[in-house]
Amino acid sequence: MALSTRTTDTIEAIALPVMAMAGALLLFGVFIWAGGKNPVEAWALLFKGAFGDWFSWQNSLQRAAPLMLTALCVAIPARAGLVVIGGEGALVLGGLACAAVPYVFAPPENSFGTAILLLAAALAGGVWIAVVGLLRQKRGVNETISSLLLAYTAIALFKHFVEGPMRDPASLNKPSTRTIAEGLRIGGIAGTDIHWGLVFGVVVCVVLGLWLFFTTSGFATRIVGGNARAALLVGLPSPRIIVVSCAIGGACAGLAGGIEVAAVHNNANASLIAGLGYTGILVSFVARHNPWAVVPVAVLFGGFGAAGSLLQRRMDVPDASVMVLQGFAFLLILASEALRGRLFAARAPKVVVAAAPLPSVIKANV
Amino acid sequence: MARTEFNRRDVLKSAGAVGATAALGGLSGLAQAQAPITVGFIYVGPRDDYGYNQAHAEAVAEVKKLPGIKAVEEENVPETTAVQKTMQGMISQDGATLLFPTSFGYFDPHMLAVAAKNPNVRFAHCGGMWTEGKHPKNTGSFFGYIDEGQYLNGVIAGHMSKSKKIGFIAAKPIPQVLRNINAFTMGARSVDPSITTTVIFTGDWSMPVKEAEATNSLADQNVDVFTMHVDGPKVIVETAAKRGKFVCGYHASQAKLAPNAYLTGAEWNWITAYKTIIDAARTGKPHPNFVRGGLKEGFVKPSPYGGMVTAAAKKSADDVKAAMVAGKFDIFKGPLKDNTGKVVIPAGKAFKQTDIELEGMNYLVEGVIGKA
Repeated sequence: MALSTRTTDTIEAIALPVMAMAGALLLFGVFIWAGGKNPVEAWALLFKGAFGDWFSWQNSLQRAAPLMLTALCVAIPARAGLVVIGGEGALVLGGLACAAVPYVFAPPENSFGTAILLLAAALAGGVWIAVVGLLRQKRGVNETISSLLLAYTAIALFKHFVEGPMRDPASLNKPSTRTIAEGLRIGGIAGTDIHWGLVFGVVVCVVLGLWLFFTTSGFATRIVGGNARAALLVGLPSPRIIVVSCAIGGACAGLAGGIEVAAVHNNANASLIAGLGYTGILVSFVARHNPWAVVPVAVLFGGFGAAGSLLQRRMDVPDASVMVLQGFAFLLILASEALRGRLFAARAPKVVVAAAPLPSVIKANV
Repeated sequence: MARTEFNRRDVLKSAGAVGATAALGGLSGLAQAQAPITVGFIYVGPRDDYGYNQAHAEAVAEVKKLPGIKAVEEENVPETTAVQKTMQGMISQDGATLLFPTSFGYFDPHMLAVAAKNPNVRFAHCGGMWTEGKHPKNTGSFFGYIDEGQYLNGVIAGHMSKSKKIGFIAAKPIPQVLRNINAFTMGARSVDPSITTTVIFTGDWSMPVKEAEATNSLADQNVDVFTMHVDGPKVIVETAAKRGKFVCGYHASQAKLAPNAYLTGAEWNWITAYKTIIDAARTGKPHPNFVRGGLKEGFVKPSPYGGMVTAAAKKSADDVKAAMVAGKFDIFKGPLKDNTGKVVIPAGKAFKQTDIELEGMNYLVEGVIGKA
């Protein structure tokens, strides 16, 4: 059997997550069975709820749309070597910026106006996470901690504006900003419940994947992620690349917030703070920070949400049980990384190892 | 009621019909009188939060005991498109013809969006302001005047406080919350006008850490009776009890968490609203669009008094309660000043609970230390 490395790598890249998922489902079955319920029924419902019919597909895809963009807020900086986990902050500020545009001037009520709103959202998110990159570069502040803390700051700012200066006086018991005009909203994709936000998510993932893997600046970003000092030595402007990748990631999360406002809520209010930014972290890690892999992984997580919904209603299990499944999946997918490169290597090189015993001197020292 | 006379055969028949209804897309259920129906309940948090969601889940447990009704539930549903999908899923996957989305934020835009797509399904939203002419007929809102319960909390707190300083931990300064703070304070000051209520806003509905900090901070300032308006009062009740202070509950009964500190509480009794709306759906009557009630109508109820509550306290609370049930008691009546000294209700004017003006409350009454 002479499979090329490229082939085995590809097979591994697919087989490992699939095996991890199968393992997670198996463990989940045991978990359900331990709770005195029928695991087979649970598996059937999981599938039916997530991908069983057209309604379920729409359900999963709808839930996946914002996750793609928030995952990119982790994936892109990760490619430049940073662990940014504060996408939630960029998302809520993006939403706020989107809702704020009509306070500043009246944008035309058409798709051009919508574009202005989304641009404002992306800009707000981009600046916010770029600050994280700058703090890292200029002041040596750990980006993981600063991005997380800045997310709390962002949420506090969001609440301040929504409940204070930007509050629509008509929103009594649920403080919200003024509702954006009908013409500025993002509608559904013809004949479905899915809004155009999904298309944004997929397109941005694909484009950023192309940028990372097929352009010079994408390549430079990956080099910086590999070793920022080595990159500096070969003449790459590491600091700038790091800040730019943070800005790109933040812009994605900000865009997610803008789309949530323009397509779903129609104004900025506390419902926007739903943890989409934090779920994005899981998606990105499971996708190994590969923008192309983010799309299917986000759909999988959307599927978890949709399946969890049906599972709760039919089997009367608490919502936490789906969290358990997500936990299993996350752990096993990360653990399966340990098998990378060994799935096929297991048989052949054994002989080599046996044929080269340690020299006796070293042995004695051991 | 006719329901209780159902025998087993009828129940089996109903069960079969439930399946048939589901198979027909759930549209036939409305027409027949007393037809069995599937009802969906959606909660924003966990069902066992000792608070807002538990109050709903407890009533749903009662609903499940009624014959001819299948209840489907889902918890921890955020106020995003997720709830739209849950509602649509309950309709198309479970055949539900009546939905109870129970969180305030589900109303606009989520419930309205799903209601527009499903004109034959009824939607009963908890807390939202359904408005004639503005919102579709197949939607509606129900809510209870729980400030009556908070007034009674206040009366008990007024009797039990030794330091004459009582505390209120609240989520956000919105009208519903301000109304509760004011009612609690006025109840306490009806016992002793020297009592003051210190209020702390935590900023959001579920902030366990801040809630604990607020409780400790107030306890340090010698506050000896607590109450709250947050989604899950568990942390406040437990922290107050740990500090050796008394506490009045909210939403559901938290007596189990602190039997030696729990004086009484303002609880929801959602089963009353649920039954009204479900009965209308089963008999094909028009959907009740605007359902409200207080103690008198059985929408809210006080928790049983704790053993440490004095006889005098019980008596004055029971007297007020009797007057409320008889419809002879107005909480918000003039002359009433806010805590900046401005007259908010002139002498001689009294608001009924149903007065819409109260739903836009934006002040804290005299005796409250804090800012709206």
